Amino acid sequence: MSDILRIADRSFDSRLFVGTGKFPDKRVIGDVIKACGCQMVTVALRRVDEKSDDENILDYIPSDCIIMINTSGARNADEAIRIARLARAMGCGRWIKIEVIPDNKYLLPDNVETLKATETLVSEGFILLAYMNPDLIIARALAKAGAAAVMPLGAPIGSGRGFKTKEIVKIMVNELDVPVIVDAGLGSPADAAACMELGCDAVLVNTAIAISKDPVMEAKAFDFAVNAGRTHYILSGSALPAPRAACASSPLTGFLRDGNKV
Amino acid sequence: MRIKINGRFQDIKDISDLQELIRIKGLSGKAIVIEHNHNIIPKDKWNEVMLEEGDTVEIVSFVGGG
Repeated sequence: MSDILRIADRSFDSRLFVGTGKFPDKRVIGDVIKACGCQMVTVALRRVDEKSDDENILDYIPSDCIIMINTSGARNADEAIRIARLARAMGCGRWIKIEVIPDNKYLLPDNVETLKATETLVSEGFILLAYMNPDLIIARALAKAGAAAVMPLGAPIGSGRGFKTKEIVKIMVNELDVPVIVDAGLGSPADAAACMELGCDAVLVNTAIAISKDPVMEAKAFDFAVNAGRTHYILSGSALPAPRAACASSPLTGFLRDGNKV
Repeated sequence: MRIKINGRFQDIKDISDLQELIRIKGLSGKAIVIEHNHNIIPKDKWNEVMLEEGDTVEIVSFVGGG
């Protein structure tokens, strides 16, 4: 069964994207990526630690993976744009995961600043995936601004709470033409399967794999789950019925615009 | 000469350009990008950027992240 995910000009056999943070031993990252067949890997950009002898994180990532740099640490659009430009200067291509987080408690993203940064960075040639609070209207605006995909959160970053945003993400999947990739908060392979059964195009998992007592086996488990969920979606359509359309509670007449009923 | 490196003022002696700063810091050969007074400086220009009192230098690299 041929089932290729396309984002911008690239094709992906694997619908599991993997983040590289929080691994107690970075040397395992290469085995994790190989074990799950992941083709898209995220890294972050930080001030260099002069005292550390840490090797380059890229040394652990197979060369055929796409490296997507996140803009973590950015609190507004200008900071995200600055990080993106620095990231591109590192010479790893044009893929950027825009992430604008002014909230330190729940690490929830600022959708308005994310949209501002997207408009600028797309015009500069970045292939941009936008981490966001699930919201159809902003997602449409991000897609219109040229985002290659949107990445609604499943739950707060690193919380492992699972796919808590299911209803809104389902509406996004139904209504958007760009890929929808659930990013953040997925705690177990079952959560990833639920995203895929719903019709999401991919998931991004970091903490649940990184802090597992066996990250390589955990990555395999997530890969199985993603494939299982995706296969079910293809065979039988969504596991959930389409969300019920809204039914207005205020009158649908007498609006302050021309062409409608009094 | 005092310059701000990664958010911290440091006294730098006998260093004239970015290339030397990177060498003295032991960062030669590492995968880094440098921003000098908010301008990204390509590696082949490091030896052309003269440091002056009060300059701001950011030196960044990749780390694990989600």
